[in-house]
Parts: sequence; C-alpha cells; structure tokens
Amino acid sequence: MSLMTDRRAVSDGGSPLPVSLKQPRLPRWTPPVFALVAAGAGYGIGQAAGLDSTVQCALIAGAVFVLGTFALAAGVEGARQAKDRLATSLVWLAFLIAVVPLASLLWETVARGTKVLDGYFLSHSMGTTPDALPGGGIYHAIIGTLEQVGLATLIAAPLGLLTAIYLVEYGRGKLARVVTFFVDVMTGIPSIVAGLFILSVWILILGFGPSGFAGAMALAILMMPVVVRSTEEMLKLVPNELREASLALGVPKWRTILKVVLPTSIGGITTGVMLAIARITGETAPVLLLVWGAKTINNNPFQDAQQSLPLYVFQQWQQGSDASYDRAWAAALVLIAFVMILNLVARGIARWKAPKTGR
Amino acid sequence: MAKRIDVSGLSAYYGSHKAIDDISMTVEPRSVTAFIGPSGCGKSTFLRTLNRMHEVTPSGRVEGKVMLDDENLYGSGVDPVAVRRTIGMVFQRPNPFPTMSIFDNVAAGLRLNGSYKKSELKDIVERSLKGANLWNEVKDRLNKPGSGLSGGQQQRLCIARAIAVEPQVLLMDEPCSALDPISTLAIEDLIGELKERFTIVIVTHNMQQAARVSDRTAFFNLAAVGQPGKLIEIDETERIFSNPSVQATEDYISGRFG
Repeated sequence: MSLMTDRRAVSDGGSPLPVSLKQPRLPRWTPPVFALVAAGAGYGIGQAAGLDSTVQCALIAGAVFVLGTFALAAGVEGARQAKDRLATSLVWLAFLIAVVPLASLLWETVARGTKVLDGYFLSHSMGTTPDALPGGGIYHAIIGTLEQVGLATLIAAPLGLLTAIYLVEYGRGKLARVVTFFVDVMTGIPSIVAGLFILSVWILILGFGPSGFAGAMALAILMMPVVVRSTEEMLKLVPNELREASLALGVPKWRTILKVVLPTSIGGITTGVMLAIARITGETAPVLLLVWGAKTINNNPFQDAQQSLPLYVFQQWQQGSDASYDRAWAAALVLIAFVMILNLVARGIARWKAPKTGR
Repeated sequence: MAKRIDVSGLSAYYGSHKAIDDISMTVEPRSVTAFIGPSGCGKSTFLRTLNRMHEVTPSGRVEGKVMLDDENLYGSGVDPVAVRRTIGMVFQRPNPFPTMSIFDNVAAGLRLNGSYKKSELKDIVERSLKGANLWNEVKDRLNKPGSGLSGGQQQRLCIARAIAVEPQVLLMDEPCSALDPISTLAIEDLIGELKERFTIVIVTHNMQQAARVSDRTAFFNLAAVGQPGKLIEIDETERIFSNPSVQATEDYISGRFG
C-alpha cells in the first residue's frame, strides 16, 4: 500500500522516473480463484436475499468479480494495472454472456433431440403416421431441404460469383454503383418478402403450383447478395501485384481472372458460398409460402409440395402433442448438424486451397 | 530478337493529373538503359507506358508515340496483350503466383497463353531458370510453391518467368530495392548476361547500380511537387556520371539536392 502511494506521489509530481522497475504483482492464479470466490458470493447473496432466478445470481457474481478484481488490483498493483484487469474481466464476462446461450441451446437440442433420433427416423417420412402418435421421420424433409438448397445454390452461386467479379475487376462508374446499391438493398430483404415476391410472380401470375423449385428461387434471392458480398471481399484481398504480374506476361484479362485471381481466392470464396448455404438452409418463411410442406416423400422438386427441415420443425411444433415435440427437436438437431457439417467442410476447403508457403 | 524503342512526345496522365510531360528518347537494342531521378518524378510511370501497363491503372491515360522498331505501340488496332507479350516486365516487389509451384510460375506466361506440350515446357522452364541463375538452387524442388523461396530467389524466379515468354524487351522497375546486397549482386550479374539477348530498361534509386549495370542513363526530374516529371537528359552512362551536360544532373548525382 505504501509503495503505491509513493509511486503515485512521484508520478503526480511530474517526474517521469519510477522509483524502481519492479512492481508488486498479483499471482497468476488470482483471477480464476477470484472467479470461484465471486461465483460463491453470487450464490450466497442470492440465497440470503431469497432470489429464485439463477440469472440474477450470475449477474451478482459477475459484478462481484469485475469490481473485486478491480479493487484488488488497484490496491496491490496500481491504477494502470487495475484498469487493465477491469478491461480483461469485462472481456471475459462478455465472452461468457455470448457463449452461455449458445451452449445452452446446443445442450437443450442434443438432450431433447436424441430421444427419437435413430435410423428409422432418418429413413422414413410422415406418410402413414398420425401427427399425434409417435413414429414417423424426416426422410422427406431431408430430401426436400437438399433439393431446394441445392437448386438455390445452383442459381445463386454462379450469379453472385459473376456479379462480384464484375464489381471488383470490371465495374466502373454508374452501373457498378447501381449494382452495389441493389446488392446492399437485397441483403436487407426479409425472407418473407422474397417468398411473397416469388408467390405473386410464379404462383399467382404465372399460375404454377407450389414446388421445391419455387422455394429454391426465393432462397436464391436471399443467398445471392451474401455470395456477392463475401466474394467481393475475397477478390479485393488478392494483391494487385499478382494481376499486374500476369498482365505483364501478356495474359489477357479474362484469363488472368480465371487462372490467377480466382485460384488465389478460391478458399475464401468457397467459405463464403458455404456460409450463404448455411444461412438459407434454416429459412422457413419462403418455404412455408411456396413449398407448402408435405407428409410424404416427393423426390421431384419441380412439381407439387415438398417438405423441408425448418418447415417440418415448425409444423411438428404446431401439432402440440408430446410425440410431435420430440420429432421437432430431433429434426432441429439434424438441421443444426447439417449446417455445422457444411461449416466444417467450408473450413476444410479453405485450408486445403489456401496458398501454401512451402517452407 | 532485341528491338529498339523510340519514344516521341509522350505524356502520361492519372485522371486530369499529368504525371510525365513530353518525353522523347531512344532505347538502344541489346543494351541496358537506366532511369534515375528523385521519387515521384515519373520514372516508373514512364516505364509502365512502354508496355502499356500504365492504362491498367484506372484513369491512366497516355498521349504520344512509342515506336518498337517501326510499329507504334499506341497505334490503332494494337492489342495491349500482344504488346505485353513482346515487352516483359519485372516489378519492384517479387510477386510469384502464390497458388503455383516454381515450375508452374515459370511456365505461367506460356501456359496461360496457349497449350504447350509437357516436354516442351520442361525445356523452356529449365532454360529460363538457368537464364535467371536460379536452376541450381531450385532444380530439386520444382514442385514446391514459389512463395517458399527467399526474396532474392523469388525476384530471380520472376525474372525467369518474364524471360520464359521470350520477350524482345525487358522492363525492370527497381528490381533490387527489396533485396540484400548479395541478391542484388546476383541480379546485376544476371542483367549483364541478359543484355546479350534482350533490350533492358531498368529503373533504380541506386546510382551506383545505374553506373555499374547500364550503358546509357536517363535522368528524370520534376520542377516541383505536383508538377509533371520531365526527362532532363539521356546519355552514355560514363558521361552522365563524369561530365553531364545539364547542371541539375550533376547536382543530383553528387547529392547536392533530391
């Protein structure tokens, strides 16, 4: 304590020289131990005050931890280190607040979803199963999701890729600005509006029936701006020197883009497309409007209603029976796993295709 | 093989800003011509106008004539792609293609311009790497990525890549400024060998280097910041460094300004 006041007196006096380069430091185990103490304090205070909610207890523990480490560090280590500890503990707290819901969501889905998730569930449709009874499965929904998302990707990925190439490599002046503006606008389109747009054009005006393809078109509208944006960023990361090196060899511009720019950025582009796929896989609203949902297997995405995983979850939840709740959780788990696998594949491709240093 | 370059009345712009003003000079075949001058005087811009790389920059624009023997590079109907195949370029920072192996880097210019037989490519790659004095260092790891080489090796790889397409002229934009003295020496020796086959133009900030490698030297200067750069004089290197005809050249070379 005396050391601290000494040093403060020195620095207040305007002298730049500290008395010594050595400063008292808290031992390294202080923060974790103090976290335990704070957790205990939060629990204790909660018990004493008769609080029911664990959230309240956790908030008290968090406040105790942040203020406690600050006070402790201010007392032992000095003002600058105390501020450092304050920032560090706030970052940790923010991290916990972000991770806890995620972990709890995963835990809940796994715990409830594995109840009916088995080979039968994955390989059968709801064709002969009444909604209120156990049994049935999601085979028709998996087929539907794969086909709709696949078709949407076939439409949106090439269009998005070409748009991004135009914007980065060729786009100058007014047209490029207009395209960028509309891509920005498209990014903000609510999924239900995309669904209504296709509904009015495809089903109401042109008179087609509901189909997986109609849903895929709406999903493509949602996917395209995401692909354009991510691809644009990746292409901008390619150093201009590489383009110039290729052009200076007498390689035409289109070949430079195809053979030098795209291979250099293919890892990032693939990741972007995969993430866009992951984003549209969970869309429910356009599917509800355009694909309608079905209880039986329909392998043809161009005719008649289909099912999809998010829509299946929604419909099973609507049924309201215990059996359908179980099925909804299991389907949600499959959906999460599907998106997670896509992300892992994307990371794998990005690592595999990344330019190698080769030391 | 090597060709003469005849520049007359050449001005280059970035948008409305004039970067170089009314330059006329002759670059002799099978010789090394060095461009020296203070930063921002337009040496690199001028170099880039010689193979139509200037117009790759958005808003880049050129006026005037560049004759390669008896063909105007800026004449109507001239394909900039064909110009760049004839006049190769080596950049300030080594820039091998990161996705390609050493072999593919050297073969890039040929492969991206048409189909070649594997055996044919092999010969050309070996010849080019030998020409760039890099063959002995990389012959056992031609399939490794080019970005794994050291800076000096990467620059020689870029030179090999440039000479693999057999250009008539080789433009070098400060090829040694990012390299250590030993790699610099290797590249200067290489320039001495390459001038037997190519016309070489080199931009350099290092006046000793200009004196060492070049046959003729051009001195560029600008009146003030924001003013376009001008060619002050071009002459035999020996004369420029011993007895230049313009006072500004002598001041610059002896370090009295710039």
